[in-house]
Amino acid sequence: MYNFDFVKPATVEEALAALSDEDAQPLSGGQTLIPSMKQRLNAPSKLVSLLGIAALKGVKTSGDVMEIGATTTHAEVAAQATAYPALAALAGAIGDPAVRNRGTLGGSLANNDPAACYPAAVLASGATVVTSGREIAADDFFDGMFTTALDDGEIVTAVKFPIPQAAAYVKFEQPASRFPLCGVFVAKYADGVRVAVTGASEEGVFRWTEAEAALSADFSAGALTDLSLPADGMMTDLHGSAEYRAHLVKVLTGRAVSAAA
Amino acid sequence: MPKDGIGASVKRREDPRFLTGRGRYTDDINLKGQAHVHFLRADVAHAVLNGIDTAEAAAMPGVLRIFTATDFAAVGGLPCGWQITDRHGQPMQEPKHPIMAEGKIRHVGEILAAVVAESVEQARDAAEAIVVDYEELPAVIDMKAACAEGAVKVHDDLASNLCYDWGFVEENKAAVDEAFASAAHVTTLELVNNRLVANPMEPRVAIGDYALHDDSSTLYTTSQNPHVIRLLMGAFVLGIPEHKLRVVAPDVGGGFGTKIFHYAEEAFCTFAAKQLRRPVKWTSTRSEAFISDAHGRDHVTKIELALDGDNNFTALRTDTYANMGAYLSTFAPSVPTWLHGTLMAGNYRTPLIYVNVKAVFTNTVPVDAYRGAGRPEATFQLERVVDKAARELGVDPAELRRQNFIRKDEFPYATPVAVEYDTGDYEATLNKALEMSDYAGFDTRRQESAGRGKLRGIGLSHYIEACGIAPSNLVGQLGARAGLYESATVRVNATGGIVVMTGSHSHGQGHETSFPQVIADMIGIAPDQVEIVHGDTANTPMGMGTYGSRSIAVGGSAMVRATEKIIAKAKKIAAHLMEAAEADIELKDGAFTVAGTDKSVAWGDVTLAAYVPHNYPLDEIEPGLEETAFYDPANFTYPSGCYICEVEVDPDTGQVEVQSFTAADDFGNVINPMIVEGQVHGGVGQGIGQALLENCVYDADGQLLSASYMDYAMPRARDLPMINVDHSCCTPCTHNPLGVKGCGEAGAIGSPPALVNAVIDALQRAGTDVGHIDMPLSPDRVWAAMNA
Repeated sequence: MYNFDFVKPATVEEALAALSDEDAQPLSGGQTLIPSMKQRLNAPSKLVSLLGIAALKGVKTSGDVMEIGATTTHAEVAAQATAYPALAALAGAIGDPAVRNRGTLGGSLANNDPAACYPAAVLASGATVVTSGREIAADDFFDGMFTTALDDGEIVTAVKFPIPQAAAYVKFEQPASRFPLCGVFVAKYADGVRVAVTGASEEGVFRWTEAEAALSADFSAGALTDLSLPADGMMTDLHGSAEYRAHLVKVLTGRAVSAAA
Repeated sequence: MPKDGIGASVKRREDPRFLTGRGRYTDDINLKGQAHVHFLRADVAHAVLNGIDTAEAAAMPGVLRIFTATDFAAVGGLPCGWQITDRHGQPMQEPKHPIMAEGKIRHVGEILAAVVAESVEQARDAAEAIVVDYEELPAVIDMKAACAEGAVKVHDDLASNLCYDWGFVEENKAAVDEAFASAAHVTTLELVNNRLVANPMEPRVAIGDYALHDDSSTLYTTSQNPHVIRLLMGAFVLGIPEHKLRVVAPDVGGGFGTKIFHYAEEAFCTFAAKQLRRPVKWTSTRSEAFISDAHGRDHVTKIELALDGDNNFTALRTDTYANMGAYLSTFAPSVPTWLHGTLMAGNYRTPLIYVNVKAVFTNTVPVDAYRGAGRPEATFQLERVVDKAARELGVDPAELRRQNFIRKDEFPYATPVAVEYDTGDYEATLNKALEMSDYAGFDTRRQESAGRGKLRGIGLSHYIEACGIAPSNLVGQLGARAGLYESATVRVNATGGIVVMTGSHSHGQGHETSFPQVIADMIGIAPDQVEIVHGDTANTPMGMGTYGSRSIAVGGSAMVRATEKIIAKAKKIAAHLMEAAEADIELKDGAFTVAGTDKSVAWGDVTLAAYVPHNYPLDEIEPGLEETAFYDPANFTYPSGCYICEVEVDPDTGQVEVQSFTAADDFGNVINPMIVEGQVHGGVGQGIGQALLENCVYDADGQLLSASYMDYAMPRARDLPMINVDHSCCTPCTHNPLGVKGCGEAGAIGSPPALVNAVIDALQRAGTDVGHIDMPLSPDRVWAAMNA
């Protein structure tokens, strides 16, 4: 790890001011940033910790919308997001206890790891990502592997999740990292079903629109029988071919529907 | 059940210190004035090394000195401890194994330069400023391609990439071929024994120290055998006589073979400490461990089994490519040969066996012994081909094995591959395992699984291993450049307590608990009166170390021999004290008595007399009570057993879940059953890791793709079932004083074929024609095989 400056502001405004320095980076739970710094793959001149900003933490439910502060940890979401059980279950199964006690929702979304769990929930829920300057619809937020619509110096402050009528997340773990080799979040709303897939595509999290149409008409695993996802654009690595991942998407979507229904 | 002697499950006395952070590992040692080294390692697999410019780096803050290969011009290469003679009577090709890359880079991770600085971070900063001028060459990764005509050579000064072409037993070759020609049935299987990285919890550490006042060097290192390191490094690398070199291996957090070998970092730290007159410390990162610890396994094999019309095995023929990596690690050449070919008879009466092994240099990290070392490779191919034969012939795999077992009354049994099994009862462990696993009730469980959409399968394997390495005269004939005895000094103090200095090294095996049980049992005192000292060449007589499940069989035997000498001398003293004839003295429960009388002296009275010899037979014996014994075994020991694994396969995803695992082992006599069970649990865990999860993968350019835990899958608790262990089928070893065989590797040897056989069973019962899947049986591989 190279030397760096560290600040821990108490407000979003102070954080944004600190982030205006060149090579400054926001630090939330640090579950990706710190290891990459230790390996000298990332060398920010200044880390701006967001964990001192009280306004960024907590789970609030108002009507059909659950709003979760960006620095709420996975463990806190698992314990507090009781009004959205599928989301609480997802958070409670990320990584291990050490990761869940440090890692945060906002950090996960801003990083947009193609195998992270949270992006699938945000996209399948049609959630709104609230940032320091605006609100971004989930469909506009994720922009390919490790890329988002966030501008430099813009930070995620909260996410507003519309609570679905039924939902479930099913992931199939990569044997080494235990990140999802493929994960599918299915959420059923009054106006239709949304299906988001993580871990599988070279483009990061995506919606499987054919499945959404079929499930909106018939919310059962059987509705998927005649569908198949092409392997083009799926990732191939040591742990699974593109064909295998495409196959898993369908299997897991069916399982998620069965779990939700 | 004895309370705390031989056969008692005494709780491990070392565990509280390990579990509460009070252990003293090498990295816990920090010497006054200590400097730190960071190694600049190659990030390409094969290149001509034109030059290394350290000028800018040397001027950076905190840098004491930067070393490159030129600093080691007067220093030897890392020695290889075993020379193999090939099929044609020629010695193996043995390239120099330099401390740092000389002229060429031969694998990713090879050391190019070493920066010694005041802190690790300063050393690392400076290493980034070193400029390496190299010209990349095509990498040689695939073993068969490496053996092709015109292949790029890893070592330009060798004739080829073939280290040796070994045939065993060469004289049997024609007869074996003839038996195949006349066989009623031949089963053939091609398979890969996947390359593994040992990944002990504690990474390697080395600290070199130099004492100006007496010109002596000390190396603190994470080793399974400090005396071996002292000999290899002192005599062959740095030219330091053994009386000027001390090697200390304190608490060591797991070895699994990979801490047997002498590594460049050890020699470097010892050398640099003398040059700089300061202690020099290196602690491996986990990333470095992946590219610098010796790897394990990596065999590609074709095996053929010939049977007659009555399903008797008539001949076995194997053809193996064994990866050596870029250089020969300390014991690498012995693993695919003498630790592998000699076990190919397994538990069976197969009369004719021929084993061919081609050892190959590639641009990869050196490969050497890993838990089991050669025996897992032998067992895997044999137990897979026997299983395949049973399926082809339509007979129960258990019964085909039973039919071909060496019978209980045939021991000692000389196999056609040069070893003589002293004892065993293979049918007993088979029957035990069948009973424990409820083999007969499998179909009910299979139907229950089917009801949940899962494919259930059951598989078994029968292993044999050769442990307690080894008779020195025998291994000398086979090319070992070392003796393989063990030593122990038993020092009885005046007040009766005992310190045992043993050459065996404990790095998880529980010697500090089990060894005292033996001595306490022999004398009749409490085990807490006995302390085990190991891991320091300054206070133990000599030691060949711990590997090959040899500690209790060889080190324990040395300890017994030394204790026998102690008891003999103590009886002389007791006889003198009680004015009785020595022949009438009996030792029981810590007291000496004169047979047929009520005369008695306590253990402590005798030990005190030995050191305060006021009333003592000084004209007959010396004062003091300390004895040393060296024990050189008469034969290997041959643990064996039957393992049965039951799995469920998810047909939609290819995911394999181990439902149950049964291990019925014959370890001979057992000192501490709880520790033995723990050894089996650990071994089975590693075997299931190999079979289901672990895989060390290089790409065609020689880059290690599985270079961290993000891609190298270690087994976790939830990947393992509760393991059902039994060792009641006991045929004691006939040639060592305790009748023990060793238990450290059995789990890792016997479990992979049981698991793979179970998965193939599940898939075939489901109607697929999947005949084999190479390990690890990861979900994508199983799914791909089912959908091929």
